[in-house]
Amino acid sequence: MIDWPILSTVTFLPLAGAIMLMLIRDDSEIARRNIRYVALYTTLFTFVLSLLIWWDFDNANAGFQMIEKFEWIPGGIAYHMGVDGISMLFVILTTFLMPFCILASWESIQNRVKEYMIAFLILECMMIGVFCSLDIVLFYVFFEAGLMPMFLIIGVWGGKRRIYASFKLFLYTFLGAVFMLLAIMAMYWDAGTTDIPELLAHDFPPEMQTWLWFGFLASFAVKMPMWPVHTWLPDAHVEAPTAGSVILAGILLKMGGYGFLRFSIPMFPIATFDYSWLIFTLSVIAIIYTSLVALMQEDIKKLIAYSSVAHMGYVTMGIFSVNANGLQGGIFQMLAHGLVSGALFLCVGVIYDRMHTREISAYGGVVNRMPKYAVAFLIFTMANVGLPGTAGFIGEFLTLVGVFQVNTWVALFATTGVILSAAYALWLYRRVVFGALDKESLKQLLDLDKREKLILYPLVVLVIFFGVYPSPVFDVTAASVDNLITNYNAAIEAVSTLAH
Amino acid sequence: MFDVIPNLDLLMPELWLAAGALILLMVGAYAGNRSARVVTGLSVALLVITGVWLLLLTGKGVAFNGAFILDDFARYMKLLALIGSIVAIIMSVGYRDGAHFNRFEYPVLIILATLGMMVMISAGDMLALYLGLELQSLALYVVAALNRDNLKSTEAGLKYFVLGALSSGMLLYGISLVYGFAGHTGYETISDVVTGENRSLGIVFGLVFILAGLAFKISAVPFHMWTPDVYEGAPTPVTAFFASAPKVAAMAMLVRIVMGAFDHITPDWQQVLVFVAIASMVLGAFAAIGQSNIKRLMAYSSIGHMGYALVGLSAGTQAGVTGVTLYMTIYMVMTLGTFACILAMRRSDGNVEQISDLAGLSKNNPILAFFLTVLMFSLAGLPPLAGFWAKYFVFIAAIEAKLFALAVIGVLASVVGAYYYLRIIKTMWFDDAETGFLPMAGELRLVLGISGLFVLFYVLINGTLYNLASSAARSFF
Repeated sequence: MIDWPILSTVTFLPLAGAIMLMLIRDDSEIARRNIRYVALYTTLFTFVLSLLIWWDFDNANAGFQMIEKFEWIPGGIAYHMGVDGISMLFVILTTFLMPFCILASWESIQNRVKEYMIAFLILECMMIGVFCSLDIVLFYVFFEAGLMPMFLIIGVWGGKRRIYASFKLFLYTFLGAVFMLLAIMAMYWDAGTTDIPELLAHDFPPEMQTWLWFGFLASFAVKMPMWPVHTWLPDAHVEAPTAGSVILAGILLKMGGYGFLRFSIPMFPIATFDYSWLIFTLSVIAIIYTSLVALMQEDIKKLIAYSSVAHMGYVTMGIFSVNANGLQGGIFQMLAHGLVSGALFLCVGVIYDRMHTREISAYGGVVNRMPKYAVAFLIFTMANVGLPGTAGFIGEFLTLVGVFQVNTWVALFATTGVILSAAYALWLYRRVVFGALDKESLKQLLDLDKREKLILYPLVVLVIFFGVYPSPVFDVTAASVDNLITNYNAAIEAVSTLAH
Repeated sequence: MFDVIPNLDLLMPELWLAAGALILLMVGAYAGNRSARVVTGLSVALLVITGVWLLLLTGKGVAFNGAFILDDFARYMKLLALIGSIVAIIMSVGYRDGAHFNRFEYPVLIILATLGMMVMISAGDMLALYLGLELQSLALYVVAALNRDNLKSTEAGLKYFVLGALSSGMLLYGISLVYGFAGHTGYETISDVVTGENRSLGIVFGLVFILAGLAFKISAVPFHMWTPDVYEGAPTPVTAFFASAPKVAAMAMLVRIVMGAFDHITPDWQQVLVFVAIASMVLGAFAAIGQSNIKRLMAYSSIGHMGYALVGLSAGTQAGVTGVTLYMTIYMVMTLGTFACILAMRRSDGNVEQISDLAGLSKNNPILAFFLTVLMFSLAGLPPLAGFWAKYFVFIAAIEAKLFALAVIGVLASVVGAYYYLRIIKTMWFDDAETGFLPMAGELRLVLGISGLFVLFYVLINGTLYNLASSAARSFF
């Protein structure tokens, strides 16, 4: 049993690292090296500490654990931290991906290294905070504050159209988030508290639930992103530096799904029940439409970005089927996608660092020069397609099973997405890795160096490990998910008995 | 000794300030401009002592048969106005553009304006209000035209004067109507006479005129036209002053008049304020997009921010007044910090004011860029910075008062407004470097540092400040 505030420590440790970096005033090569190491060690240490959360976590407990609570603003808002089975793994995923991001930026970022690392560490603090907050205003603070470093990361270290992409990311997300803010205020007005456990126990009037549900949808749909508000994502992904894409795909998108699980479904069950058709429709459109769009892409990163939107379609579909398979599948899919899409962006980063282009047509026959890279890339591609034996399969399969129990047609349409994802992913792989090596520029390519192996190999292991043996994840989430379903069904039943 | 006038001790800070201003004027008049530095230093000391005195005067009371009220709200707002004035004087010390700031008149005029503000904030009677307002305004007209050899500065002064006189006229007309129909000028007696059932149309007419006159002072739409020109034309330290203390005082005056005198006819003024708030937020958001001069941009930004502050007042509840009080506090700190940055935009050939001049600031002066970035994010209303909490408290009051349309339009305007703040950040971080600025003056560093740290670490003092503001707001309930 840990009796010190471990969640706050894990959350604010990266911030402490950022403050340390701010004190470095030198801009020499040695200073930059030190900056990289400080950032790396901070993220590694945070990761190790966060494993303690897992170690101390009680799987049988469906409630919130490792609670920290302090009065913050009189008459409501408290500094309230805690994790349950749904949020805990996202904390681990965040701390796990961060060291890879730092490593991936080791050589590709040479300009303003200090500011870059500071931005990433602050971003890490905000992301962990999102998953640990048990006060809805605190959640909003972390949720929104992450926008600032992300805006700067894309705008300062991004590609050619970085300014457009960063503004688009910021304004889309901000616009969605202010509706959530209004909903949060309305919840405070109705329930008289901003405490998440208390709000979970509060019954909001049905017609109000609808408004609140749409307020939250506005924010999370943009963040997920769901069709038709996904258009910021391809732009942001293409322009962001590799590590920015990893964080974007790996963590930031998951905040939307986490928000649905934490707020929309348990707090507004009636609205969820009434409007799940809307989510199913949007999810199916996202799966089919964005998969087709992905087939047309000329840019590797854009293709993966569209594939992310499609995969998030499975997540929303599974989550809103609100049964054990769908929810477990949705959560697992988010975690798996965090690993797989993060890894895919890292793979793109590897060849981008060498060739400085993301055009698919600029590549071909890479396997001849980079066999190790080709193997790693293949495994991630297969995981992205959802091949059994990889982490990508489990989530996709469970969400389809879950939604099948609720709505056969949705499941039917969504399954076509599996075929389409195989089409675009394999086509991408063929055009980049296979084929004849006839481009002059590619003939000098070197295979993975030590740093890149250090980045990609652990991810390969994990993707296969969780594909074969997913129970560590399900053990953690089971109790909380059961609790969520029980409460949801009770709320729906209460309303339908009232109606008859 | 002062038995003739009961409770005279409540006004001692004001009397002390008035006497001090006159003495400093004498010093200046006899010693000439050589004494400018001394007078500046003494006036800061004078204002600081006034503030301390104000803090020592605990409790509440009225003087002059209710024409002068000292309560928690008045004390809070006066301290805020005093801080604004002190900072404005300090920031002018190093300003040498046009070389009119080493004159002793500037600090004396600021003190007189501050005195006017303190009377405005404490006014419990329409006539006291008018006295305070005119004392403040007359000083401000002169200050706006301080750089008298500069065409823009004189234009600003003249424009401000003509429009200000017009608004004073409207205000007086409104006061006379209210007096005619209510039979009183004291807030408390008006409040007793004007109740929901028997209010006459004349009262509403008078109320609207009064609100129009006051909307001019806080530069709320549709009485905002003077703001961009005056902000741009006036010397920058004067603009910094205009954007801070007078806004606080005018807002406090508006709060007191609607909460003190017209508290029984809330729906009548609520609809006016809701309209003014919406119009200000929307105009502030959209009109600022096209600006290239940063002072002009700040003018539209302040119009928008006054709209947000009015959102809280429109609620007409204690939570709303708390929201306004906090909003004005945070707004003033952010504005003063931003103007410290604008004053620091100096090259060897003088001050520059274009947003494009900030290009590449993050390379040339990372610390200045960092603080300005924080301030811009805060003005845009991003958590966890102070600007977010300001908006949070006013919007939550609006929702509690069921003003949903106001809240929705307000948050949408804040998204539009975020765009131009981002544009400044973009210029500093994403654009290629221009020639750097001259090193920042010490006093500006101090102001910027304090306001930047306030904005950054506001979350830590949120509870304390909220308690202060809500005890100030309790004065009306």
